Amino acid sequence: LISFSVNGQHVSLEVDPSTPLLWVLRENLGLTGTKYGCGIAQCGACTVHLDGETIRSCVASVSRAAGKEVTTIEGLSPDLSHPLQRAWIAEDVPQCGYCQSGQLMSAAVLLREKPRPSDEDIDDAMTGNICRCGTYPRIRKAIHRAAAMMTAGGAK
Amino acid sequence: MSALQMKRREFLRVSVAASGGLLIGLYLPGANQLAAADEPSSTVFMPNAFLRIGTDNRVTVIVNHSEMGQGVYTALPMLLAEELDADWNKIAYESAPVDPKYNHPVFGMQITGGSSSVWSGFEQYRNAGAAARAMLIAAAAQQWNADPSTLRAESGVVIDGTNRKLTYGQLAEAAAKMKPPEKVTLKDPKAFKLIGTPVKRLDTPEKISGKAVFGIDVKNSGMLSAVVARAPVFGAKIKSFDDSRARNMPGVRKVVAVPSGVAVVADSFWQAKVARDAIRIDWDEGAMHAFNTSQMMQQFREQAKSPGKSVRRDGDPDAALANAAQKIEAVYEVPYLSHLMMEPLNCAVDLRADSCEIWTGTQFQTVDRAAAAKAAGLPNEKVQIHTTFLGGGFGRRATPQSDFVVEAVHVAKAAGAPVKVVWTREDDMQGGWYRPAFLHAIVGGVDASGNPVGWRSRLVGQSIMAGTMFESIMMKGKEYDPASVEGVDDLPYEIPNLAVESHQAEVGVPVQWLRSVGHSHTGFATECFIDELAGLTHKDPYQFRRALLTKHPRHLAVLDLAAEKAGWGKPLPQGRARGIAVHFAFESYNAQVVEVSITDGKVRVHRIVSAVDCGHYVNPGIIAAQLEGGAIFGASAALFQELTFERGRLQQTNFHTFPVMRMNECPEIETHIVESNEKSGGIGEPGVPCTAPAIANAVFAATGKRIRKLPIRMTEAV
Repeated sequence: LISFSVNGQHVSLEVDPSTPLLWVLRENLGLTGTKYGCGIAQCGACTVHLDGETIRSCVASVSRAAGKEVTTIEGLSPDLSHPLQRAWIAEDVPQCGYCQSGQLMSAAVLLREKPRPSDEDIDDAMTGNICRCGTYPRIRKAIHRAAAMMTAGGAK
Repeated sequence: MSALQMKRREFLRVSVAASGGLLIGLYLPGANQLAAADEPSSTVFMPNAFLRIGTDNRVTVIVNHSEMGQGVYTALPMLLAEELDADWNKIAYESAPVDPKYNHPVFGMQITGGSSSVWSGFEQYRNAGAAARAMLIAAAAQQWNADPSTLRAESGVVIDGTNRKLTYGQLAEAAAKMKPPEKVTLKDPKAFKLIGTPVKRLDTPEKISGKAVFGIDVKNSGMLSAVVARAPVFGAKIKSFDDSRARNMPGVRKVVAVPSGVAVVADSFWQAKVARDAIRIDWDEGAMHAFNTSQMMQQFREQAKSPGKSVRRDGDPDAALANAAQKIEAVYEVPYLSHLMMEPLNCAVDLRADSCEIWTGTQFQTVDRAAAAKAAGLPNEKVQIHTTFLGGGFGRRATPQSDFVVEAVHVAKAAGAPVKVVWTREDDMQGGWYRPAFLHAIVGGVDASGNPVGWRSRLVGQSIMAGTMFESIMMKGKEYDPASVEGVDDLPYEIPNLAVESHQAEVGVPVQWLRSVGHSHTGFATECFIDELAGLTHKDPYQFRRALLTKHPRHLAVLDLAAEKAGWGKPLPQGRARGIAVHFAFESYNAQVVEVSITDGKVRVHRIVSAVDCGHYVNPGIIAAQLEGGAIFGASAALFQELTFERGRLQQTNFHTFPVMRMNECPEIETHIVESNEKSGGIGEPGVPCTAPAIANAVFAATGKRIRKLPIRMTEAV
């Protein structure tokens, strides 16, 4: 039995401990917002937070989560109120949308660590997240916008 | 402007691009008429197949094209809401079921492709909205005992001269009893309130909360997961397989042979995947066992030495080239490419004795349904496809053979249970249906004053249409595939003696349309070569193009706009240089100016300025996004991407060996739209073809070396 918390809720599961966290989230817990893109930590579509830090859940076995806190896109905010989500809407970021959960989860940690990120900071934090539709210019703008909103005290 | 008013040649071009224009569809009488709704309802107003209005004032627009990132769930509702005078905040979208009433009005089947969704729906969706509006006004007139002509509609409300109001929701029930109008009057474009404005995409909230359902997310109760072991070499057949380990693995329900390989059906994807990897298969590798791409390109080079089938011939190219003051010969090569959608292929099937339900992200509903019905042994009407969001399409999910759908039906049949087949990234990349590799051998000459006098393009590559259900239509009366030569057969430059010839290569690699199809290579070859001709006599490549485009004002306008906005000719920081390209594709004109620098043999793209004329446009925000995405798609191919085969096996497996441009490599991108009242053109694909040649031409400006092969490697520059 592996126990951990997901988006603030305690879960206990009987599952092969070597199963990647990604598939436990998607299939055992029904949290399909986290996506499968490559399975080898190359594309970032599966990015979630483990105790507040980004991990690629496609290569992290579920046993790594034991006793820890996992946050997925479904837990970023209950109502699209996270500054990044508001900025994503304002900049009309997503196209197909498949990579966006991972993009947002990577950007959320960036903003927590660097509330006013430079373009270089954005490159460093976001280069592991591939977008095949090419939404990078808008992601960059949206991160700057969210940072400005947070500095202005528009959101916590 | 109605698609039906387009000229025949344009139809042909669009059809080729769209992967499947059934030209007969074009001439079906009444193709543009509104189909009737399925279920008339008293509480809900459903005046036609394209919308529903509830008593809660919600207007649900039924979209007959697949949302794969290009914005149809916003742009098509905008067209309808404009004529309905709806409250934009009350608009919802829904994907259409498979039904002939949702057929593409030009292609005659349900399909998303060829950058055609918005122009093909331009009148269809406006008509649907206008008809509903007339019925709502008629219902209000009846209620108020008023003359309908004294009433107006605004933002979801009907209003009379005394400012009495009834909302569309309040009128829904009564409107459902009104007779649909015989004829509707569409707004004068000058009166548009929504069309032409950068309305925010409707699907963003779903896509930033994890709620959007893609095919891979579909999970119905009792649905199992399957992963398939497929042939390592195209055309290989199974001799025997050993599934003894796989069968006993946890969660595994069944291991079954299907036409495409061996499928493991398990409780979860991961269990199925682990067990799949444990199957040992002995393959008869067949004719492709020794295939390798470097030998193939060598054969292409040999083939290009002899004349191909004539596609176009103006004047006397042989004499003109023989007498030219200066001549240049160049061979351009582009590799096989994978579509590489972020969401790998998948398909969920619930097959019963007398029905088959399918959930998948497809661009090709009509074709997939027919293929699934055949595989299931059911009549077409017993098969329904639920189109989910597509995590990218780029043409891969419009497969004439319906490979991923048909396979899933076979797996469901063998499994005897509802099942979702999911492809791993490696399965997806190695599964075929690539953009074909192509070679262009071009000879061009100029006279003593540097004016081009002759040009001969010889293309060698596989046909996309050959062997498909579209061959008989698209290649009728032709000895070549129009999808191979689109973009060079209509070379706009004023060159009096021109020959375009095509060699159709026979190679056993499955090929298919990839975003911008033939233009993805013809744009590269022609726009690099025109630059080389300019270079012959040291002319400015922008001015050189201008002088040859005097009869093509729309080409000229985008070229000028891109050059002006990019500051063509103005000084740049040390080490940077600019390149330019212009191309017409999918009824739209695009020009790009690109800035690059080269460090340690690595090309860095700093800035792309892209200008488009796509005729009368609907949503400039979505157009800008498509131009940005198109340029990044083109830059990825130009800088990084190549599929190669050795001993019949694809050498690339995943993103590390077939890279996509990343955030730290992404240039600044600026987009500009030409104001136009010409008929609407495409936007999903036209932004791709110019990027690679503009980068290559910038590399020449920076280094004096020509790029003739993609992806760009400075060691191969000449």
